[in-house]
Amino acid sequence: MRISTERATSPRTVTVLSILLLGALWVVAAALTADPQVLPSPFALAAPFRQELANGELLYHLGQTVVRVLWAFALAMGLGIALGLVMGRSEAVNRWLDPWLVIFLNLPALVLIVLCYLWIGLTETAAIAAVTLNKIPNVTTVIREGARAMDPQLDAMARIYRMSWRRRMAHIVLPQLAPFITAAARSGIAVIWKIVLVVEFLGRSSGIGFQIHLYFQLFDVAMVLVYALSFICVMLLVEWLVLQPWERRVRRWRQA
Amino acid sequence: MIRIRIDDKHFGNAQVLGRVHFDIAPGECVALVGPSGIGKSTVLRILAGTDEAFTGHVDRPERMAVVFQEPTLLPWRSVLQNLTLVHPDLGTAGARAALDRVGLAGKETLFPGQLSLGQQRRLALARGFATPPDLLIMDEPFASLDPETAERMLALTESLMATTRPATLFVTHDRAEAERLADRILRLDGAPATLAETT
Repeated sequence: MRISTERATSPRTVTVLSILLLGALWVVAAALTADPQVLPSPFALAAPFRQELANGELLYHLGQTVVRVLWAFALAMGLGIALGLVMGRSEAVNRWLDPWLVIFLNLPALVLIVLCYLWIGLTETAAIAAVTLNKIPNVTTVIREGARAMDPQLDAMARIYRMSWRRRMAHIVLPQLAPFITAAARSGIAVIWKIVLVVEFLGRSSGIGFQIHLYFQLFDVAMVLVYALSFICVMLLVEWLVLQPWERRVRRWRQA
Repeated sequence: MIRIRIDDKHFGNAQVLGRVHFDIAPGECVALVGPSGIGKSTVLRILAGTDEAFTGHVDRPERMAVVFQEPTLLPWRSVLQNLTLVHPDLGTAGARAALDRVGLAGKETLFPGQLSLGQQRRLALARGFATPPDLLIMDEPFASLDPETAERMLALTESLMATTRPATLFVTHDRAEAERLADRILRLDGAPATLAETT
């Protein structure tokens, strides 16, 4: 038996160490700044965090933001996948819609948000519409690439055997698009929550973005960090508990 | 009766097919031979209905099956699902029986990627015969196999065809294969390609 002394560090350990390293950098930076008004140390956030948790503010605003993110994510993914699929499959549709896509891709998020608020009003619908419209072009672009890369032979097989539309979508189209859908979902959820915060900052009276606006005006760096970090934790949980397990499931056949 | 009446087929400005008219009687196996690149696969796609941009018309039955040169399986679904998803009324028992007939019993839960190429081809064959089709289309199903595997596939195909007797169009470049399986051999030749019946 060969005894190996050098053992590769497990990926999980690396993740933990890397996050601890970031925390250490923060502690050092806070010590060097030596002004909790500008950059409080991570330990100084515990008290305001407990306070916000206890009075229910944190969970309420977190919930509001999560609901908006989920709505915008579902709408942007649904519409973006449908649009990308049609554009990737039909050259004629693609020629007509491609200029629109380029325009919307290059329209700054802020412009769309302001226009939605001006046209629809300072409402929940306007907020979600603004975020959705911002994200659809990215999802469409990614899914269109996936639709173009689909195997025409499988398509011919399905047509000759007269497989129903639902079966074709579920067992031929979506499995081929799965890597592209995961890529769009992963970048999508990250971008969406950032835009949701801007939307809340500009025209909502609840949510993480609204709280950050409030504490920005009070110049309360600790509270801004408490709210921002809480949401980052939620997003990490989504990544680890939803996205990664789902990705492993759809990739199972490749590893088998 | 299956009727193929192709009068003209262009790719861009190039005419690839001229007059290609033939019928396939129920239970008859027609082989289509000819040099590679002549347009055999184009005739096959027109008959299958996956290429509709041609002049002429085709009468084809409802229930069709196809065996391509590539296995064309769903790599993300199990061996068993590859049969049941394509043939919803087959049922698990029927799918198991179909796998058994091509010697793939016991492989139900594997993914196609875990099978050898020969086994993948046999799975594609099982899919073609799982519910007896009214028209079976085969596109070079024995090409690029080693002689021993090709011989086993050929024998298996013969026995499956003998029991279900579908009307078949069999495209091949191999004259010996054509003579062994087919009742009638059609030869595609010329530019644009037209038919020359040989047997």
